[in-house]
Amino acid sequence: MIKFQNITKIYPTHLQAGYPTVALGNVSFEIKEGEFVSIVGRSGAGKTTLLKLILVEEKPTKGRIFFEGEELSKLKPEKLPQLRRKIGAVFQDYKLLASKTTYENVAYVFQVIGASDLEIARDVPKVLEIVGLQDRANNFPAELSAGERQRVSIARALIHRPKVILADEPTGNLDPYNTLDIIKLLLKIHEMGGTLVLATHDKEIVNSLGKRVITLEEGKIIRDEEKGRFIL
Amino acid sequence: MKKKVDLYCKLQIANLKMLINFKRILKAGWQNFSRDGGIAVATIFILVLAIFLVSTIFLSKDISQFLIASLQEKADISVYFKEFVLEDDILKIKEKLSQVPEVKNVEYVSKEEAIKRLVAKHPQLIESVQETEGMLRLSSLNVNVFEANQYQPVMNFLESSNFKDYIDKVDYYERRPVIERIFSLTSLFSKIGISLSIVLIITAILVTFNTIRLAISNQKEEIKIQRLVGASNWFIRGPFLVQGAISGLIAVLITALIFSSICWFLSPKIEFFFAGLNLFHLFIKNFWVLLLIQFASGILLAVISSTIAIRKYLRV
Repeated sequence: MIKFQNITKIYPTHLQAGYPTVALGNVSFEIKEGEFVSIVGRSGAGKTTLLKLILVEEKPTKGRIFFEGEELSKLKPEKLPQLRRKIGAVFQDYKLLASKTTYENVAYVFQVIGASDLEIARDVPKVLEIVGLQDRANNFPAELSAGERQRVSIARALIHRPKVILADEPTGNLDPYNTLDIIKLLLKIHEMGGTLVLATHDKEIVNSLGKRVITLEEGKIIRDEEKGRFIL
Repeated sequence: MKKKVDLYCKLQIANLKMLINFKRILKAGWQNFSRDGGIAVATIFILVLAIFLVSTIFLSKDISQFLIASLQEKADISVYFKEFVLEDDILKIKEKLSQVPEVKNVEYVSKEEAIKRLVAKHPQLIESVQETEGMLRLSSLNVNVFEANQYQPVMNFLESSNFKDYIDKVDYYERRPVIERIFSLTSLFSKIGISLSIVLIITAILVTFNTIRLAISNQKEEIKIQRLVGASNWFIRGPFLVQGAISGLIAVLITALIFSSICWFLSPKIEFFFAGLNLFHLFIKNFWVLLLIQFASGILLAVISSTIAIRKYLRV
């Protein structure tokens, strides 16, 4: 479903005296449909860059990325929204629309894909119930706790039943109780047939999952195991 | 047949989706506007200033034309006729003079009318005028041209005409310095007015554009998020344009209200200084054109500024 072929990503420096940052160096791997893959590594190992490349938020310096057989670097700008509608993204910093309520944030993605008002009115409350936010539907993100915001972000990522969910440190800002809730939710989505790519540096979560683990270190894959563990 | 039905159904669905999207864009635009608070008020305020400026420039064009025309009317030459010349002959000469391309206007002033005007201007002279009636004034034609340098061709025409013997005197050579001064002054006023209008309009456009650009740059993170969750450019841009149009519309209504009130209030005061210049009458006369200019400047300025300002944030 997702294929990285010799991907290198270098962030140029804006200072004369600075050095460019190599976020990913010659990385290759493939993720199959229905897989649950954890991308682990220290901060700055290249986990977020990897997810940004899938979402075409960044473009690779070298190499080719395929999504459902389509090469992303050859994708025309007008086709980009269609690709992104196939992906549900959970961001470390939530990336919620500050001017919209919880309900509107979740409904927005549904509106984007052209769902009818009836579908929105039927599904949004259901998804909010799944993430336990039915009582916070009319609150703005600024009025929610970190855990609640992360759950809105997850609700938004799964409302339109995307083919793949990318979760970048979804538990990074959460307490252990909320962390467990979020991981249970992601597992539930996976059981329903979803493909999940989870970027994290939380050792306990990765070890408890018992799923495929790709370990990154300084932008390179140092380990890729089917039932892996967090080893650094 | 089945293919045709399928195609028809697909078209209907596409139209319906477009309609739904349009409705959502309108709703989102209104929602953004109503939730924007202070920024929306600031944008409207700047738009009101810009529209007010454009309206003032539009109306001042008419006002300055009126003032320039009344000033230029004073820069005329008078052709005085000898006492024996009959009124009918003078009117024939007037007819001929009117046909000269350089001539803008010719006015016949009979001897009686000339005396009446003199008395009206200097009432203290009434007795002496009565005593000396017939001696002081001659019938004349007052001639106006379009440009100061056009008086010489008129003079040439008069001097070479077959009625030159009827003419007692033409005051052109006496009045020439004053006439040239008036025309050069009015031409300078027009140039200053046009330059000032252009500078003010550019300033208004830049200030409005920058205000809207700043308002939208506050939203750049939201625009980026909308792109990342798969929204198309039009689905993102649409609400901003609607929001801009709403701000423009409200600004137009506010400006129209303020502008008409100011015209109504200032009209008698201005007319006191410049007889014949009725500001409110001018406003009413130009109302629809002015409203059109206000709508065009307000809504277009807001919508075009929003379109340009949002463009760079859509490249995610």
